[in-house]
Amino acid sequence: MDLLGKSVLDLKQLISKKEISADELFKYFHKRIINHDQKLKAFITVLNYEKNNNDGELSGIPISLKDNYSTKKIRTTASAKVLDNYIPPYNATVTQKLLDAGICLQGKTNMDAWAHGSSTETSDYGATRNPWDINRAPGGSSGGAAAAVSAYLSPAAIGSETAGSIRLPAAWSGVIGLKPTYGRVSRYGVIAMGSSFDCPGPITLTVEDAALILKVIAGHDKYDATTSPIAVDDYQTEIKKPRQHMSIGIADEYFEGLEDSLKQKISDSIKVLEKLGHKIKKISLIPPKYAISVYTILQRAEVSSNLSRYDGIRYANDRTYFGAEAKRRIMLGTYTLSYGYYDAFYKKAQKVRTLIIEDFNRAFKDVDVIVAPTTPITALKLGEFEKYPFFGEVMDILNEPAAVAGIPAISIPAGLDKNNLPVGLQIMGKHFDEKTILNLAYQFEKETDFFGVIKRGVKNYE
Amino acid sequence: MNRKYQPVIGLEIHVELKTKSKMFCQCKADYFNEKPNSNTCPVCLGLPGALPVPNKKAIDWTILIGKALNCTINNQSKFDRKHYFYPDLPKGYQISQYDEPIASKGKFRVQNLEFRITRVHLEEDTAKLIHAGNDTLVNFNRSGVPLVEIVTEPDFDNSDDVKKFLEELQVIIRYLGVSDADMERGTMRLEPNISVKLKVKNEKLRVDDLPKYKVEVKNINSFRFVKQAIDYEIIRQIELLEKGETPKQETRGFDEKKVITYSQRSKEEAHDYRYFPEPDIPPMTFDGQYLDKIFRQIPELPQAKIQRYVKDFKIKEQDAFIITRIPTLAVFFESVIPNLKSQTCLPARQVSKLNLKIQNYEQNLANIIINKKISTNLSPSEFTQKVLSLSKPKKTNLKLLDTLINRLIEVNQKTVEDYKKGKQNALMFLVGQVMKEMKGKADAKIVIERLRIKLH
Repeated sequence: MDLLGKSVLDLKQLISKKEISADELFKYFHKRIINHDQKLKAFITVLNYEKNNNDGELSGIPISLKDNYSTKKIRTTASAKVLDNYIPPYNATVTQKLLDAGICLQGKTNMDAWAHGSSTETSDYGATRNPWDINRAPGGSSGGAAAAVSAYLSPAAIGSETAGSIRLPAAWSGVIGLKPTYGRVSRYGVIAMGSSFDCPGPITLTVEDAALILKVIAGHDKYDATTSPIAVDDYQTEIKKPRQHMSIGIADEYFEGLEDSLKQKISDSIKVLEKLGHKIKKISLIPPKYAISVYTILQRAEVSSNLSRYDGIRYANDRTYFGAEAKRRIMLGTYTLSYGYYDAFYKKAQKVRTLIIEDFNRAFKDVDVIVAPTTPITALKLGEFEKYPFFGEVMDILNEPAAVAGIPAISIPAGLDKNNLPVGLQIMGKHFDEKTILNLAYQFEKETDFFGVIKRGVKNYE
Repeated sequence: MNRKYQPVIGLEIHVELKTKSKMFCQCKADYFNEKPNSNTCPVCLGLPGALPVPNKKAIDWTILIGKALNCTINNQSKFDRKHYFYPDLPKGYQISQYDEPIASKGKFRVQNLEFRITRVHLEEDTAKLIHAGNDTLVNFNRSGVPLVEIVTEPDFDNSDDVKKFLEELQVIIRYLGVSDADMERGTMRLEPNISVKLKVKNEKLRVDDLPKYKVEVKNINSFRFVKQAIDYEIIRQIELLEKGETPKQETRGFDEKKVITYSQRSKEEAHDYRYFPEPDIPPMTFDGQYLDKIFRQIPELPQAKIQRYVKDFKIKEQDAFIITRIPTLAVFFESVIPNLKSQTCLPARQVSKLNLKIQNYEQNLANIIINKKISTNLSPSEFTQKVLSLSKPKKTNLKLLDTLINRLIEVNQKTVEDYKKGKQNALMFLVGQVMKEMKGKADAKIVIERLRIKLH
């Protein structure tokens, strides 16, 4: 049976019709990992098949987890040598929910160490390669997850985003990446990066798969005080509701400094949305560059605090094993929180964060969603990040505002640029309104099939 | 003490709450006698990815303590991270409260003195370090137990007041039922901050008058030791000041055997804890309705109880004070009263057969309890029975009684005449004399009877 490129939903049907067993399916993907991962380095830990007797929404579906999700009795490093042999005694809530839903865990995917980066090059275990061009970065920090889905080593993967770490690698690797609202999905057991930003989310081949997986992992968690009690929507039903005449906001501030061929693809995509019967509305938003400053200060502060537990007394390795990027972040965060600097940096950044949230709230009074490019450029060559100070922050300039505001956003393929590299289009929505951005993404998918980008990506790894 | 100087003392008190679970996880808060590191989970071990979820009961109880100390309960409060590296702190930071404590600006009256409370806040306890030879062992069973910190203004100028304050505070905490506040077990811990300044005549202590240094004393596990440590420090600091030196700002330990304090670490450079709001816990808001519901849980506190006992039961203030020291004792006292009173066949006088002369149920009862004549470990009804059995009339040696009465009448002619003139006090005086001679081994009723006959 030709399984290549089949969505989670397709595979689910095959399993329920008993056309394939969970064991066979797992082995199919396992073999693909063995065949292709030498080159792609998407995985840090590859697991063998283990039967999951739970009967749920994802029974028998092989799925990979980013290596910052705690997995009981399975090594969890966050791609950092400090945690080289750390084996958690417990499952993250997301891990547990997926296992309860019946998944077969394929393994743990590579990432920037501690999720510090946007290219997966800061991984202490070596960079992941972009399946579209192995001399390029897949984006990050969930680069392993995006590459695994793009090359069909996993039919779907779980990534995590602090500011762009799902959307950017999804865009650069030509797949779908959903960052839910902050507080929609539990962070319990996810190795913390920027605690007030971190969002677990799926990377998938279809919008419906993203809807399906979000439904499984979302919801209030008694182990995470920042999760919301708001009821979880039935996203699969919601995306199929015919919704026309959406008001789509476009802000010029998000179209500055874009590479030309990328910009063209975004414009074409917006025309598609118009053609689907939606109304494009020009809006004005706080320029994204302010989100960079806010994000950098707050996230570094949280990082410096979150990494203090790796004091060399517990876990595998001492602090000399911290990579350069982690050290830079600890230094900067420690500085901004120091006595006398707190008001000038942290407090001020918090105030601007409030302004950005208010800015989005204001905009969402007039529009249902906001559409923008996911990144200003497509995938960079490996090693280029060294040329940019604050590489991640610059690459994620268009992702940071939504991250700072905690609103949901989805990145979907919008075609290929002049170098035949995937371009990402993002749809941002109101807090807890994942159903609307998923609905619009689904309409776009039905209309364009993402210009064949996802299929082409998978085909490269037949 | 040298009259030129005035001690300036402030207190930091930590109280471990006896909630069912720890502050931020489901582990038991009661860690005594547990196997080391058995009472732990990813949260209190600070494992990667674990998140704190605050214990509502602990928050409510902190509000209770704040209210009992007459603090303002802030409508907005939040948790903050306090960073420092120490092996007993698994996350590298302690979840505490910085600029928005649950309660602040209180005052606490002890007898006729009033002391200002700066703040009452909630945090998590650390793990326990055990030093064994060259090794240091960490026991995380205590890690994450709810800990309330109470900070006073530097309103004390002598160790006696400190001791009185702490004793009263301990009683209040126990009344609220939120902690055992046991010094030996470490569920109540004290850290006095001590400095000494030159006395300025006719001028009240002002904040800007505070000395430029302060010495914190740690590891004190009894009220007596607090007093000793403070007294030692005052003398030590005055000696330095007399020599023209300024005492060092530092943390000192207390050696109970030698009754001295000793330098632990220098505090000359203020610690930079890099506080910032705990992002894992949303800020808290308390509306008036919510707070009122909690305030209603505050029981009658000892001060009010003493006043009521004196007013309603007419017992001595000092006795009321003693009985109200232990909340269970006060409850016991009050629960026995109706029991005893229901024994209508028993006149008040008969209770007084327990060598008690006052004709007042409550006072007699108070005396019995205070003098531990009958164990208060009994149930109120058992206790009442015991009182009754002890109250039975005593066997009286009638022969001896008559001899004594005859002799006393002869010796006290004046009193006898007073009695005949109608002075009832005279009779009571003679009864007293007889009882004294008989060493209490007589039934007062019979004594009175015989006396009346003889006096006719």
